Amino acid sequence: MSERLRIALFGAGALGFAAVLVWGLGGLPDFGDFAGRYGQYLAHSAVPHRHATSAVAVTTFDFRGVDTLIEEFILFTAAVGVVVLLRVQRASEEVPAEPDTRRQPTAQSGALRSVITAAVGPTLVLGIDIVLHGHLTPGGGFQGGVILMTAFFCVYLAGTHLALGPLRPMGAMEASEGIGAAGFAMIGIGGLVIAGAYLENFLPFGRVGNLISGGVIPLLNIAVGLEVMGALLVVLGEFLDQRLLMRKGKL
Amino acid sequence: MTAVQIVGLVAVALVGTAVVLTREPARQALVASVYGFALAVLFLAFQAPDVALSQIVVGALALPAMIIYALRKIIRREQVERGER
Repeated sequence: MSERLRIALFGAGALGFAAVLVWGLGGLPDFGDFAGRYGQYLAHSAVPHRHATSAVAVTTFDFRGVDTLIEEFILFTAAVGVVVLLRVQRASEEVPAEPDTRRQPTAQSGALRSVITAAVGPTLVLGIDIVLHGHLTPGGGFQGGVILMTAFFCVYLAGTHLALGPLRPMGAMEASEGIGAAGFAMIGIGGLVIAGAYLENFLPFGRVGNLISGGVIPLLNIAVGLEVMGALLVVLGEFLDQRLLMRKGKL
Repeated sequence: MTAVQIVGLVAVALVGTAVVLTREPARQALVASVYGFALAVLFLAFQAPDVALSQIVVGALALPAMIIYALRKIIRREQVERGER
């Protein structure tokens, strides 16, 4: 096929695609002019029926809870897959993550290390805040979980490494990932046993706007937060090489 | 449409083009991070703070980080194959 013919073929396809795209975009409702019945129903029933002020959290964790369960397990299996691949690779060929000559604390500058270390506490508090207020304000387990992961990652960036005394960080993070994923599924089974349907709410809804309200939604947020934090830290740890993370005693 | 929304749309279009035009993978990951942040600002301007938060953590942090780590691993393997331990 000659170059000119190829360009002509691409041009015809691109023109057709552009025409259909413009036609489709022209038919979209205006911003803020959504008229879908399901959306209206969800927006109007979040506060009166579930006593949670974040309609998004009510939708993702209550009305469409099974979707979120599957989403959570997508992340879980993806993380496990990455970890297994990297571990098999490391077992077959001994490639250290960094050359031996360069095995020094991550951040050499004292100012940088102090700033990052100072950021660990506030980041941790922010992450917990976002997870716990998921049913009241924007945020929730997924977003808060990543912020919690960042807090632990700051410890590594500050050159202190994730060696938290007798508590092996990787083991703890693997446990956090597993407990989070299993916790979500178990809360669903709790609904099946107590309320009669999988992921059905089985706790009192509480008063609107209180920290403890919205039934099981805060619990699901905590489960997702633990799962996301654990999964990302395990993957990070594998990428950065566990030995690099845990060699505090050797230096 | 407010000025913030227009600025957000233009920024997303510009940074998106920049991501495509960047050829070097490590640099591209960093530009993609900026793009993720621009998208988050756009979502916030269109009154979707939940999506904006997810966009920041996934698009601006997690995805570029994973690309950088994967690149680092590949480069290390090549170094070792050339005999630099």
